[in-house]
Amino acid sequence: MALAKRPTTDLTTQTPFQYEAAPEAVDHVRIAGSYDLFIGGRFVAPHSRKRFATVNPATEETLAQVAEADEVDVDHAVKAAANAFRSWSRLDPGRRARYIFRLSRLIQERARELAVVETMDGGKPIKESRDVDIPLAAAHFFYYAGWADKLEWAVPNRRLRPLGVAGQVIPWNFPLLMLAWKVAPALATGNTVVLKPAETTPLTAMLFAEICQQAELPPGVVNVVTGAGQTGSMVVGHPEVRKVAFTGSTEVGKLIRRQVAGRGKRLTLELGGKAANIVFEDAPLDQAVEGVVNGIYFNQGHVCCAGSRLLVQESILEPLLQKLKVRLGTLRVGDPLDKNTDVGAINSKQQLEKIEGLVESGIEEGAEVYQPPCELPARGYWFRPTLFTGVAQSHRIAREEIFGPVLSVLSFRTPEEAVEKANNTPYGLSAGVWTDKGSRILWMAERMRAGVVWANTYNRFDPTSPFGGYKESGFGREGGLHGLLPYLDVD
Amino acid sequence: MAERLEVRKTYKLYMGGQFVRSESGRSYAAEGFNVPRASRKDLRDSVRAARAAFPGWSARTAMNRGQILYRIAEMLEGRRAQFLSLLGGGRPAGRQVDAAIATWVWYAGLTDKVAQLAGTVNPVAGPYFNFTIPEPTGVVGMVAPEEPPLLGLVARLAPALCGGNAVVALASEPLPLAALTLAEVLATGDLPPGVVNLLSGRRAELLPWLASHMDVNALDAGACTDPELAAVEEAAAGNLKRVVRQREVQPSPQAVTALMEFKTVWHPIGV
Repeated sequence: MALAKRPTTDLTTQTPFQYEAAPEAVDHVRIAGSYDLFIGGRFVAPHSRKRFATVNPATEETLAQVAEADEVDVDHAVKAAANAFRSWSRLDPGRRARYIFRLSRLIQERARELAVVETMDGGKPIKESRDVDIPLAAAHFFYYAGWADKLEWAVPNRRLRPLGVAGQVIPWNFPLLMLAWKVAPALATGNTVVLKPAETTPLTAMLFAEICQQAELPPGVVNVVTGAGQTGSMVVGHPEVRKVAFTGSTEVGKLIRRQVAGRGKRLTLELGGKAANIVFEDAPLDQAVEGVVNGIYFNQGHVCCAGSRLLVQESILEPLLQKLKVRLGTLRVGDPLDKNTDVGAINSKQQLEKIEGLVESGIEEGAEVYQPPCELPARGYWFRPTLFTGVAQSHRIAREEIFGPVLSVLSFRTPEEAVEKANNTPYGLSAGVWTDKGSRILWMAERMRAGVVWANTYNRFDPTSPFGGYKESGFGREGGLHGLLPYLDVD
Repeated sequence: MAERLEVRKTYKLYMGGQFVRSESGRSYAAEGFNVPRASRKDLRDSVRAARAAFPGWSARTAMNRGQILYRIAEMLEGRRAQFLSLLGGGRPAGRQVDAAIATWVWYAGLTDKVAQLAGTVNPVAGPYFNFTIPEPTGVVGMVAPEEPPLLGLVARLAPALCGGNAVVALASEPLPLAALTLAEVLATGDLPPGVVNLLSGRRAELLPWLASHMDVNALDAGACTDPELAAVEEAAAGNLKRVVRQREVQPSPQAVTALMEFKTVWHPIGV
């Protein structure tokens, strides 16, 4: 008797179960109608008298009006930081540590509130802000708090001095986490801070300003000036800012490099990426698929280290693509405040247009596009998880950072070819390698010209783990012992 | 009996392991000699040679690099008298040559310790093995100070090589002979061709091209004047090359890591 051919049921996409809405509670969150600047430990109205709206990208509703700092405001903030530097840099290191521990604890205490506001202001799924952004931000402060009174063991036999006022400009993809990456090591090493959050996601920085007050952090040690790129440029260019730290696009990074050329400022840049995620034929495919999905669809692909180029060994290209497409169909796109949502809202209209433009270029240049069927909410900024096959290395979607949920799939035959293709980019932030063979993992890791290599995993972050780029992905490291050095003069 | 007629040396550039004249055919007078005046094309050719040499040199084991740096010290020791006379003799020249030899020896012993001093194993909060190691930045451009012409160059060159970089260096403009003679030491010191390329010429002419070259990864601008540094930092923005300003200091691990990148590798732990 011939075996009856069993129909294969795709349990993942044809599930009989419907998901009910599972919205996160928002009643415990208070967002003020408008926010002032945080200068010298107080909230002050902007000299510019100007304000701008910050919008919930999932609803297009205005959440709050935020102050737009002008030259005078920035100058006040830098002066406040410079004043505070005199005492903060000389403060007993153990006391400095305790203030930073307090900041960490306060973030933990207000974790859910911060997570909800982060999601409302930026559009990222609540499960990510709740389980990744906020816990990591608290952990980052906790980690660097512990360094504050141990710096002499970090670089033995050398004299260490803080630099002064650090001007820090951060992006909108991980607002509070990027704040933590910048502020925590700066404070631990005895510097003071003027922070400029991204104009589309300023709210958690304003809540952090409240937290600084609650922690009774000495006035002026942390100052927050909100505004757009122009405000950032004023912070970076201020003559009394001794240290500039920027996370954002490579384009703006180069502008900042030119702006501060010859000004004697210390500079670290954490910029764009076009990471290769490389899957070998011996990789555990189901794990690899999870890693690929996490690599590019995590945070709507608004991740500088996103695995946006998938390099698959030719022999497994078809089965891997099949699994990937099935998995894409299970991604839940929609309300970021819903606890089941995997892919939230695109951060802004401007970013949505950029993604749409690049996806259009991919189609025009001859790549084949795949998007799973899924319903998108009527209002807000949305983009379906997207996958391109038949991509050539010369295509824009293989060269340019899209910063959206768009994956370009290429193939390779030999490990040497994988290395060649992976490194064929001016970027060098991160790379992923999937294989069961230990010696090959280390061989590949050695050859990736990238600051972070994830082997059989992707998009992992930890305060103890240094992060930063090679080549045009910037310079300097954030996290770990190495993350102290950009904030210290070593004699 | 007639007096012995001296055989004079033609000083040349050192590019890709070869001693060559400037492709431009130009020279300038320095220290009583006609010294090649390198052109923009010589500079570009040097960067190509350095880029070609980088994969092999950076893949050498740290131990092997240490052996080669030590042999450079041996070769310099053997030519001590020649360098003394090149540098004008006397006590200052002696101190300079001896310090240069000591610098090579010191960094020869550091190659296989950099990763242990500057690398870390990171205790991340999860089931992952996570470590950070230093790696060479790639092709490094550097400017030797006008003085001291030998030690000023060696103090920058040795740490760059210690970390596994390939180098394009501009010799002291008024005093280029020590650098051009150092090339002979490097060539006999088992250093693979192209790992170090030494150019003499006009700094004002060459520096802008070195600073803006898209295939140079880092620049040691320690010997630059403030206006030069400003121009270098601006030109370096094109490919975001690292601009470091090595000070005149005692040899240190920091001088090596200043020209290195840090790579962090994650792997899950599980059965």
